[in-house]
Amino acid sequence: MTDSAFVVVRPGALTTVQDLGRIGHAHLGVPRSGALDQPAHRLANRLVGNAEGAATLETTLTGCAVRLRRPATVAVTGAPCPVTVDGRPVAWGGPVRVPSGALLEAGAAAHGVRSYVAFDGGVEAEPVLGSRATDVLSGLGPAPLADGAVLRLGRPGGPVPAVDAVPHRGVAPELVLPVVLGPRDDWFTPAALRTLSTGDFRVSAASNRIGLRTEGPSLERARDGELASEGMALGALQVPPDGRPVLFLADHPTTGGYPVVGVVPERYLAAAGQAVPGTPVRFTPLGRPSWGPPARRTAPDGG
Amino acid sequence: MTLRTLPVGEHGLLIELDSGEAAEALHAELLRRAAARRLPAVREIVPAARTVFLDGLADPGRLAAELPGWRIPPLDRGDSEIVEVPVRYDGPDLAAVAERWGVPPEEAVRIHSGAEFRVAFCGFAPGFGYLTGLPERFHVPRHATPRTRVPVGAVALAGGYTGVYPRSSPGGWQLIGTTDAVLWDTEREPAALFTPGTRVRFVAVSDGAIPEGAAP
Repeated sequence: MTDSAFVVVRPGALTTVQDLGRIGHAHLGVPRSGALDQPAHRLANRLVGNAEGAATLETTLTGCAVRLRRPATVAVTGAPCPVTVDGRPVAWGGPVRVPSGALLEAGAAAHGVRSYVAFDGGVEAEPVLGSRATDVLSGLGPAPLADGAVLRLGRPGGPVPAVDAVPHRGVAPELVLPVVLGPRDDWFTPAALRTLSTGDFRVSAASNRIGLRTEGPSLERARDGELASEGMALGALQVPPDGRPVLFLADHPTTGGYPVVGVVPERYLAAAGQAVPGTPVRFTPLGRPSWGPPARRTAPDGG
Repeated sequence: MTLRTLPVGEHGLLIELDSGEAAEALHAELLRRAAARRLPAVREIVPAARTVFLDGLADPGRLAAELPGWRIPPLDRGDSEIVEVPVRYDGPDLAAVAERWGVPPEEAVRIHSGAEFRVAFCGFAPGFGYLTGLPERFHVPRHATPRTRVPVGAVALAGGYTGVYPRSSPGGWQLIGTTDAVLWDTEREPAALFTPGTRVRFVAVSDGAIPEGAAP
C-alpha cells in the first residue's frame, strides 16, 4: 500500500509527535509543550529540508520503529542510537533515503534520553491551538505512538541540504544548570540557597516531559504557609513540600502553588531533557537580575 | 495600590499585588495596553491569584521600572456579557457544604446560583477557570484526600473559588453540582468557555432542563 504515511511497528517506551510547542495560551491553562531538546529537533528538520517547526517524533530511551508507505528522506538526531533501514545500519545524524515499504528503526539510546526522527514533509497530525505537539500533562495533541497506528506525512518541501552527518555534542558527565534566583528565593533559608549551589543532586527516575525531578538534599524553607497559585515559567525550579527541586520542562503546569527558588534559562533545558536518571546535577546560581530586589548578602555567588 | 516586581529568569516578570481584585485590574490594563500596542512584545500574560506573570519580555527590568507610574483603573465589572452555565445542584458534597455554611441545601443552591462570578485566572488543566464571587463567609476547604476521579462537568468549590472540571481528572474540590456546558473545545475560538475576566452566572436547572438563552 502506498500513501503518504507510516505505520508504527514498535512504539518504544514513549514516542510522541513534537514541534516547537503552543505559545500564547498559558492564560487558558495550556502548557507550552514541544520538543524537549529543541536544537536536536530543529537540526533533524534542517537535515531533511523541513522548516524547523515541522513535527518530528521524539523517542524516550528505547527508540521506535516505523514502516514507511512512501519513500522518505529521514534523519535521526538528539540521543545517539543505532539507526537501521530493513536491518542495515545507516547514518545517525544525517539525511537517509528510505524506500517505500522499508522498516526504519531508531534503536535504544547509547547515551542521552530522547532521539528525534524527522521525515521530509514532517509528521502531519491535526494541529491543536497551532501545534502538533503531544502534551502529556493535558492530553492535547496526537496520542503517543501505539502499535499499528498510522500517522500521515506532509508533502516534502525544500531541498535536502548537502551534508553527510553532523557531529554529536558529546556526553556531559554531569548536568550543569545555571539558575537565575527568584521569584521566591526569599522563601528559603540562606543554608538552603548554599545547598542549592553545593549539594549533590541527581536526576530522579521519576522525571518526565513535565519536569526533571531531583534526588539529593532538600531545601529548607524560611517560612511556613502556602503560596497562592501563580504563573509558572518554563525552566522554573519549583520546590514542593519534600524540599527536592523539580525543574519544569515543556509540559509543565501553567500555574502552581509551590515556591520557585530560581529559573534555569531556556538555552540550558535541552541538556536537561537528555539527562538519564542518576546523572549528577550541579546548580550554579547566577544571582538575581540587576533590576530585581537586591540579592541577600547570604546568596551564593553574589547577586 | 502596592505592587511588587520579581524576576523570573532572564525574560520573565512576576508582578505581585495585595489582592486578587488588584491583580485582575492590572491584568485588564495589561490586555488593554497590549491591544493598543502600548505594551512591549510578550509571549505570555498569565494572571493568577494575586499576581500577573509576563514571559518572553526582551527587557523585563525596563517594564518593572515603568509599572509604578501606571494609572490602573479599578476593575469594571459591569460592561461585558455574562456567560450563563446551567447546573444541576446534585453534587455529593452539596450537603456538607450547606452544613458548613449553616444553611439547608436548597438555600446553598440559592446562594451559589444567586452570586455573580468572574474568572480570575485559569490553570490546573486547559479550560479550568478559578472563579471568584462568593463572599468570604462561604469559603470552604478542599478535601484532605483528593478524589481519584472527578467527572467532567463537575461544579466544585475550594477556598474562595468555584471551578468546573473541563475533563475527568483527579481532584480535591468540594463537588456541588454538574453541568453539560462544554468548558473546553479546541474547535471553538477561544477554546475555553472561561477565559480570564469572563463574567459567569450559574443557573439552577432540574434534570435535563436548559433555561432559554443559556450557554451550550
